Amino acid sequence: MTAVAAEHITKRYGATTALDDAGVSLRSGETHALVGRNGAGKSTLVSILTGLQRADSGRVTFDGEPAPPLADRDAWRQRVACVYQKSTIIPTLTVGENLFLNRQQSRRGLIDWHGLRRRAGEVLGRYGVAIDPGMVAGDLTVEQTQLVEIARALSFGAKFIILDEPTARLDAAAIERLFERMRDLRAAGVTFLFISHHLQEVYEVCQRVTVFRDAKHVLTAGVDDLPHDELVRAMTGDAPVTAAAARSSAGDGPVVLDVRGLTLADRFDDVSLEVRAGEMVGLIGSGSSGKNALAQTIAGLLKADAGTVTIAGTTPKPGSVPAALDAGLGYLPQDRHTEGLVPLLSVAENATMTIGKRLGPAGIALPARRREAAVAMIEEYDIRTSGPEQPVNGLSGGNAQKVVLARALASDPKALVLVSPTAGVDVRSKQSLLTAVVRAAAGGTGVLIVSDELDDVRDCDRVLVMFHGRVVHHAGKGWDDATLIGAVEGVREEKGFAE
Amino acid sequence: MTGTPTLATAKAEPRPHPRLRLARFRDLALVPAILVLVLVGALIDPVFLTRDNLVNVLQQQTELSLLVLAESVILIAGKFDLSLESTIGLAPALALGLVIPTASHGLGTNWPTALAIPICLLTGAVIGAFNGLLILRFKLSAFIVTLGMLIVLRGLQIGLTGGQNLFDIPPSVLYLGNATWLGLPASIWICAVLFAAGILALGFLRAGRAVYAIGGNVDAARAAGIRTDRVVWLVLVVGSLLAALAGLLMTGRFGSVAAAQGQGMIFTVFAAAVIGGVSLDGGKGTLFGALCGVLVIGLINNILTLGGVSAQWIQAIYGGIILAALVLARLTSGKAQD
Ligand SMILES: Nc1ncnc2c1ncn2[C@@H]1O[C@H](COP(=O)(O)OP(=O)(O)OP(=O)(O)O)[C@@H](O)[C@H]1O
Ligand SMILES: [Mg+2]
Repeated sequence: MTAVAAEHITKRYGATTALDDAGVSLRSGETHALVGRNGAGKSTLVSILTGLQRADSGRVTFDGEPAPPLADRDAWRQRVACVYQKSTIIPTLTVGENLFLNRQQSRRGLIDWHGLRRRAGEVLGRYGVAIDPGMVAGDLTVEQTQLVEIARALSFGAKFIILDEPTARLDAAAIERLFERMRDLRAAGVTFLFISHHLQEVYEVCQRVTVFRDAKHVLTAGVDDLPHDELVRAMTGDAPVTAAAARSSAGDGPVVLDVRGLTLADRFDDVSLEVRAGEMVGLIGSGSSGKNALAQTIAGLLKADAGTVTIAGTTPKPGSVPAALDAGLGYLPQDRHTEGLVPLLSVAENATMTIGKRLGPAGIALPARRREAAVAMIEEYDIRTSGPEQPVNGLSGGNAQKVVLARALASDPKALVLVSPTAGVDVRSKQSLLTAVVRAAAGGTGVLIVSDELDDVRDCDRVLVMFHGRVVHHAGKGWDDATLIGAVEGVREEKGFAE
Repeated sequence: MTGTPTLATAKAEPRPHPRLRLARFRDLALVPAILVLVLVGALIDPVFLTRDNLVNVLQQQTELSLLVLAESVILIAGKFDLSLESTIGLAPALALGLVIPTASHGLGTNWPTALAIPICLLTGAVIGAFNGLLILRFKLSAFIVTLGMLIVLRGLQIGLTGGQNLFDIPPSVLYLGNATWLGLPASIWICAVLFAAGILALGFLRAGRAVYAIGGNVDAARAAGIRTDRVVWLVLVVGSLLAALAGLLMTGRFGSVAAAQGQGMIFTVFAAAVIGGVSLDGGKGTLFGALCGVLVIGLINNILTLGGVSAQWIQAIYGGIILAALVLARLTSGKAQD
């Protein structure tokens, strides 16, 4: 039986066609994957399936009945719950209130705050998230925010749930728990639409998969009938594979990033590491390892309690981002939406923000040169946009991501810190992004890649593993996955790791 | 290491946050300041602590406090309304113009005086609805729309009254501004009740929480099923309605409608709201805090007068102290006043 169907959907944004006569049809009780490259139109379909936007043409049905009118938000909310790609947590409200936004239970007409807090605790507990519901949501980490978002979508009791890249900001353990919850709910008859760029996840939790390419529906098939390579080919068409850049292993150039005894209470403790010019170093760890806080401290977003950060020989003022950038640091933040981009400015302006000096003399940015630089970046990083003038808030999630990375690399930094550089980026673009990073390293930049994903650190010369705020493992070239995963999960080396 | 450390529980550890516990008391942040001001007042002049003076301080702030109530809710919803300071003059002026004789600068319509109060309130509501139309339908910036309206409405008042102050006020219009209920001026009761209602509504009604959600992140609020435009519109209408009511109180207290009634008040309104912890960015602040902001400003004003500061200098000093209070509020709350 068909639970949800979107048929012949067309949606245009000005000159861009985001969906072109595309659609999906979900069987009742299945978990259905929707995949496609960045900008293929996945999130656009989500906004149409959740009633946030009207399609230019085509129709949506739930259990065979036409979708409710857009204005009737309550009717939509009864039919579908969603984790959107962009955060919909309100930072100024508490976690508890975010969970029950606009459905706070009342007693005698007044909101029952006590009951709300208790029920929020239950929802979080059921999902295994130990966050105090009274916390202000703006104080949560990126991962915690995502967990709250997921817990909220799952708690509605809707029969149809959409998850738009829910795993992009979660570590392995949290992803596993999400999948367990999804399997439980599926057993209870819930239908899922699941979007991810991690194709192995598609094989892990989904029964069928639909592929979009360039705004069009390409195919729908059972995951068992569609091997990984064929799936990739369906997503990318015949696009040629970019060859990985060749790079000779780093010699012994000068140290460009020197972290000594860095400590921040409750986050990380006495961390030291060095990155030499031309060297690529990976730093991996789970969500609680403190690796993200360490990256933020190096970039000056947080101020360490003790220890020093030296960038290319100078020690910038701790806790100051401009000082770190002046010293020659390039930084790709984890939270691109709030730290990365100026939403209303064009792709060109956002991408060239760090290279103002090269665009003209005496603080003048010559439009022609900016355009030229931006066009080159769009080309190089494969950014799907209607042109350099398009405001970045009209880009798809993965493409916005590429703009931030392009910008971080554009300034020819001496040391480069990248946090989860490929989160939310499609398979093919991942390759081109990492190639660009390797090229930067070949050009003499010292690179530190901070990530949960082993694939992000494949090109690294060395990999460090953090666990509970300390560096617990060093691995040289030729590391093997099992040992690293063991270290990430806190299994001590000397005790061995079996799997 | 014994047992398997589960990432799950480890990762979910909440970040320790000292600010968090303070947040609960941020509402009370101004209470010490108010106590200090009361102490200073008592030292400067023994008259300060007399019942008459204190009642007087409160009554003088009633109109301001209604505007602050209105502005705070509008700010929390993430919008602006600068035109409140003109509405407080135009709404009563128009209502009176329609009911008083031409000899007293009326418009010549001579409508029954019983209509004055309803017309005044209706005028407020219409102004708010019109602001909402420009801001929500035509997607104009609230700041620039209401700045324009501030000038237009003031101009309308001067045009309609020929730039004259209106003195011939019917008793029904005077009543609210100078009646006494249970030993206190009626206007103080009205403000107290409206603030209590506002605090209750913003804290305990879904619609009230929707105002915070909209100011915090309008897209997320919409995704949660809140009819954002409708709520903002309502907030703008209620805000202007409150300004019209403030206009009635002011008219009653002074027994006249000055051509410049309310002019220049908007700075004080914003200052009180911001000192009281309401964010200009939307989504943050409480009405209790805003009320404390009003009291701080009222006390400063009273102390300056009692302290015998010369009339020529009082404005500069008053403005300077408000700026200093903003700096202090910033330092004590530890958060940027964005
Ligand atoms: N508000 C908008 N204004 C203009 N163009 C838009 C807007 N939203 C989306 N688009 C365009 O529509 C196309 C599809 O975007 P969509 O967000 O659906 O991609 P996606 O498949 O979700 O990609 P990703 O994997 O990167 O999230 C993109 O080319 C994007 O630039
Ligand atoms: Mg998307």
